[in-house]
Amino acid sequence: MVGAALACALGSNPITASLRVLVMDRGGPTEVTSPLPEVPDLRVSTVTPASVQLFQDIGAWEDVAPPRSAAFQHMQVWDEGGNGYVRYSAGNVGLANMGYVAENRVLQAALMRRLKDFKNSTLFWPASLEALTLPSYAPEAHEGPSTNSLAELRLADGRTIQARLVVGADGARSRTRQLADLRTFSRSYHQRGIVASVRTQQANDTAWQRFLPTGPLALLPVRDGYSNIVWSTSVQQAMALEKASPQEFALAVNEALNGGSTPAGNPLLPSRSREEFVAPPAVSAGGSKQRSFPLTLAGAGRYVRPRLALVGDAAHVVHPLAGQGVNLGFGDVRALSAALTHAVETGRDPGELALLEEMYEEPRQRENGMMMVALDSLKHIFAPQSGFVASVRGLGLDLINGTPALKARIMKYAMG
Amino acid sequence: MASQCSPLHNQSASFLYNTRADGSQMSFSGSSGIHNRDANAEKGSALGSSINADEVLKFEEMAKDWWDPEGSSAPLHSMNPVRTKFTRDALCLCFGRDSSSAQPLHGLAILDVGCGGGLFSEALARLGASVTGIDASEAGILVAREHARADPVIHARTSYRNITAEQALDEGLQFDAVVASEVIEHVENVPEFCRSLAALTRDSGAVVVSTINRTAASYAVAIVGAEYLAQVVPRGTHDWSRFITPDELARLMEGVGLPQVSISGMFLNPVTSRWSLMNDTSVNYISYFKKKTVS
Repeated sequence: MVGAALACALGSNPITASLRVLVMDRGGPTEVTSPLPEVPDLRVSTVTPASVQLFQDIGAWEDVAPPRSAAFQHMQVWDEGGNGYVRYSAGNVGLANMGYVAENRVLQAALMRRLKDFKNSTLFWPASLEALTLPSYAPEAHEGPSTNSLAELRLADGRTIQARLVVGADGARSRTRQLADLRTFSRSYHQRGIVASVRTQQANDTAWQRFLPTGPLALLPVRDGYSNIVWSTSVQQAMALEKASPQEFALAVNEALNGGSTPAGNPLLPSRSREEFVAPPAVSAGGSKQRSFPLTLAGAGRYVRPRLALVGDAAHVVHPLAGQGVNLGFGDVRALSAALTHAVETGRDPGELALLEEMYEEPRQRENGMMMVALDSLKHIFAPQSGFVASVRGLGLDLINGTPALKARIMKYAMG
Repeated sequence: MASQCSPLHNQSASFLYNTRADGSQMSFSGSSGIHNRDANAEKGSALGSSINADEVLKFEEMAKDWWDPEGSSAPLHSMNPVRTKFTRDALCLCFGRDSSSAQPLHGLAILDVGCGGGLFSEALARLGASVTGIDASEAGILVAREHARADPVIHARTSYRNITAEQALDEGLQFDAVVASEVIEHVENVPEFCRSLAALTRDSGAVVVSTINRTAASYAVAIVGAEYLAQVVPRGTHDWSRFITPDELARLMEGVGLPQVSISGMFLNPVTSRWSLMNDTSVNYISYFKKKTVS
């Protein structure tokens, strides 16, 4: 998805449209039926306004826009254990909406369809990368090819391809990253995420997120009356929930979303600017079967090498907590296409290490690192259920809700 | 690194912060024009076409350093995007090209005088031009050729020759545009150099020159700063009194039929090590001249 977005970004800019782009994929392009299947796919992403802008710039937004996705006008985060909550409404800050939720395959199909319009791109599949030869890092390194020799890719079918720049957009278990010998770090949260499509009894225009003792549960509107559940919890509970019948699962979700006390806000804090807490809609069975997957945090120490750049999940994997993963990847696309535009304008080699370091890796590691730390620490703050942490957390949410400047700042960050 | 073989070429010899600059000079105009403090430099250009294995080894070593963005040519690497941008815009203006297109210099024949390892030549070639790089240093030429070989597009659009500007003129060569970047401050006979630049340029063509101004600021930066305080450049690399002011250059060029069209300062931010174009021309500057049409 992120790789296709990069190819579209390069194709839609007249300056970089001179670069010949070969898009390789293991399988064929994602296609979606029209109209879409009734029940939305399980894998969805929150699309921030910055990412919407990218889709609009490359001319792929109209294939994603509602009714194929859902806009949400409100965001509400609250805590099971305490009184704290925070609620954002687009109307209060003069926006039409807070963002969109779209199925990943809808995003992918929109990009692949648009990609075909760009004459500088060629789509090639099925392709499986077998070997990758890159120039050495520094001129002092005598081993290997000289610093400006082209990258060479060998495919499983024996073909070889030469390129000035190789972009690894092949996901969390990136083969490109592995062949380029870039180290990674990762941490398991010892939790699993459960995803499911559910129906809501009332229309849903809010991204809901409740922090439970076992982890956060999110309910996001997708389309056609369906919402998506992302529930992070202990491995044990995840296994049990995965086996549950749709009715049992809906019951468990409703209990998790609406059980316990309703936050009233902290009475000691001013309530003037506060938005009132709204109870989430009840969900009912009739969506998809629920699935679970392990939660991890992972990243590559370096995103670049001479003639190589990693983008999206190949470079960083974050907690699905805020649906930010794909937006970080689209942020990578913006930075890398800006770097390549600069390269074409000033006659620089697009695979030059200094260019990739300065204009791509440095700004993106800063940005992605901040988000990874933010999501990771949020996860840790919310994970344990100790009375003290929970009450501080509740107070924190309340402070955010009652402090417009702080609230606006956090929202701006979350909206990319 | 064979410093005694350091070439007569702009990219290693001319710049402020160049550790490899050992005082060797850009050789421009044959016998009378060479201002040479390093006899070895001439040896380099006198090697001719038969190269022995030792020399090949040396130039391979040098190739690695010239093209190392963190090596001795680091300031030129970082300057390259801004001088390329200025040159691209100047040539687009001169030849009525769309500067927002991908290859705005497509088809233009450009001469890069004092091309060294080919840093500027390659950038211009990527913008579409056919570039002839010349340098009095044979090592520079060999490095440039070797580097270009790795990229078929660059290889097809560049040719490098171990000749002086005067020799190119003797061959009757002419180009749409001639560039001389960080060269003129090392030339002995500047008026004659300017005449050659003019003669190598076709009518209505363009000449782009970048160099260092002769001001208190440039003295502070290039001599006191780089050679004495930071000691990143051997003392004596630059002779401040030989630097040329923009006014002097404009007058000289005007006199040979190359009126100045535009000029920009180039500023190296010492914190970020990035160059930018600016109005202040008190240290480094780059100028565009357009050759008058002879009717």
